[in-house]
Amino acid sequence: MRVWVLLAGLLTALASHAEVAYVSNEKSDTLTLIDMDSLKVIDTIDVGMRPRGIIFSHDYKYLYICASESDAVQVMDLATHQIIHNLPSGEDPEQFALHPNNRHLYIANEDSAVVTVVDTVDRSVIAQIDVGIEPEGMAVSPDGKWVINTSETTNMLHWIDTQTHELVDNTLVDQRPRHVEFSKSGDKVWASAEIGGTVDIIDTVSRQLLKKISFKIPGVHRDKIQPVGIKLTDDGKYAFVALGPANHVAVIDANTYEVLDYLLVGRRVWQLAFAKEQSLLLTTNGVSGDVSVIDVDDLKVIKTVKVGRYPWGVVVKP
Amino acid sequence: MLWPALARSEALNIDIIYVQQSSNDSAQPLLLKKTPVNVTLAGAELAIKDSNTTGRFLQHHYKLSGIVADNEQQLVSELTARLNGQPAILLTDVSATTLKVVADLALSNGSVIINAGNADNSLRLSQCRGGLLHTLASRAMLTDALAQFFMARRWREWFLISGESAEDKAFAASVERSAKRFGAKIVERKEWSFDTDLRRSAQREVPLFTQGDDYDVVLVADESDLFGNYVPNNTWLPRPVAGTHGLTPKTWHWVLEQWGATQLQNRFYEQFGREMLDKDYAAWLAVRSISEAVTRTASNNPKVLYNYLISSNFELAAFKGRKLSFRPWNGQLRQPIPLVHPQGLTSLSPQEGYLHPSTDLDTLGFDKPEARCDMAYE
Repeated sequence: MRVWVLLAGLLTALASHAEVAYVSNEKSDTLTLIDMDSLKVIDTIDVGMRPRGIIFSHDYKYLYICASESDAVQVMDLATHQIIHNLPSGEDPEQFALHPNNRHLYIANEDSAVVTVVDTVDRSVIAQIDVGIEPEGMAVSPDGKWVINTSETTNMLHWIDTQTHELVDNTLVDQRPRHVEFSKSGDKVWASAEIGGTVDIIDTVSRQLLKKISFKIPGVHRDKIQPVGIKLTDDGKYAFVALGPANHVAVIDANTYEVLDYLLVGRRVWQLAFAKEQSLLLTTNGVSGDVSVIDVDDLKVIKTVKVGRYPWGVVVKP
Repeated sequence: MLWPALARSEALNIDIIYVQQSSNDSAQPLLLKKTPVNVTLAGAELAIKDSNTTGRFLQHHYKLSGIVADNEQQLVSELTARLNGQPAILLTDVSATTLKVVADLALSNGSVIINAGNADNSLRLSQCRGGLLHTLASRAMLTDALAQFFMARRWREWFLISGESAEDKAFAASVERSAKRFGAKIVERKEWSFDTDLRRSAQREVPLFTQGDDYDVVLVADESDLFGNYVPNNTWLPRPVAGTHGLTPKTWHWVLEQWGATQLQNRFYEQFGREMLDKDYAAWLAVRSISEAVTRTASNNPKVLYNYLISSNFELAAFKGRKLSFRPWNGQLRQPIPLVHPQGLTSLSPQEGYLHPSTDLDTLGFDKPEARCDMAYE
């Protein structure tokens, strides 16, 4: 036992630093930090009002935080955990995506039906693009050519050309699209429709629907199955979909699109993030105020970590 | 080609005729309480704006034009001239009798009508017909929503007070139906017929009026708003008050903020400078339903739209936490019903545990075996 502890200590010391998950708590205006080795909360940091979408800069120097009710995207220096400045974000930012150039941030402004493009270096607004009612989900294609925004009441994916910042095409999906995710190669887009209860897989080139996935959980009424967050494994094996008030995460074969399993997590599961080289998957559970940890190899929930009120977003710093 | 989407879709104009019978209600219970002049219409206008934002991507252009009159004859003659024998999309806020006349006129030429202003039960029970849809909750849905909540709280004995107007009596009858349906008992039923000015005498009159053996809750049926405001906190026994006053079932209310509702409430408030009322929401639902049908069918033909709306393919996200759809047996939009008091949300029906073979939403209002209508519209 003693040897094991010593060894574990040595390994921790040898690692340059441990992985840390950052969770935004929508109703307590904080971030909760979870150490991914011990799966314990190590810090809670006050941020702006109603933090929702959070992402890292690609070099992990900064964390960008959509503080929706402060009408700001805050920039946190990850070395000091201080908010160093705000970006001009437009009204009510909810979700955003960072271009592979590590510079242009695409922000969905839910109240004003626009996508704002911000240069994070100059801290200036480069463009605003009119989209549908209640823009929400955002994603940039891996090659940086496309930005997709979903609009919740217009029920479309809006395709924005990153060269011209023009809206080029729209793909109609089911009711209340919440989240979009590109496959690793960028050939496909996965989009969840919360009220429609479906996930659409769309071909990036033709922008046409390839497959519509529906869900069925025994004992859960179909209206309560409300897909939101999506994550795809890099090996192309699995897609995970958070099913909101159904309190389950669906495991999907990313090749056959067959639903393999439903994992019971906390209440109103919202967003997802991988950790530990995709061997773990974290889920934010809004109503129960916790984070479930899923073992991706065993497809089992191994732990629940209590965080703040209404955890919304989660990202993991390697 | 910068807009490949446009190449795929054809430009469409969708004109919606808004038909409103302005109320000539002479009763003025509270002098300072004013109904906004644009109630119902405002919700339709917001939905037109929302739909045009969506329509812009598809070249679908939505337009609203109104026919407003207080008298039925004038309303119908103006509508006849406007329709000129052509099918149209109508959004109505009129009395039940006028709605029947409007339906006779418009449905004979292939129009679709969405009723956003009338909660009358007969329109969902025996007067339902192909081409006619309802987005405002029926009285039966409202009183069932309340009844389920009472049964969940085990408040089974009800004291019912009804006003004298036809609407008050209709609400009271709906309460009686709900009591029977969910196993509650109306232990006392009284009609309010006082003509005193309650602003001065409420504290004396109401406790005496509500004397009784025992009851769990007092139910008020006062759609005319003549005495209901004086009942809460003033009953003989210390009991909750519900119905048209106190704890109230609503199609919509400004206190709703879950399920993204804040977005809609904010948009409404910014445009009109007031709270969104239930008829505003019903009109918003009506136009959004039309717009959703146009988007999915790429048609502006009223019959095509109706048949899509009444089908199981139609679903609408409408800030109530789940998808809404129309009941194919009477054209009523199924939806959860919030139970509110003036400053807050108390509960949302259907209550947990009320089950139904297809959807628990159908535990509110008239179910398939009850409705006696042919909804086909070819």
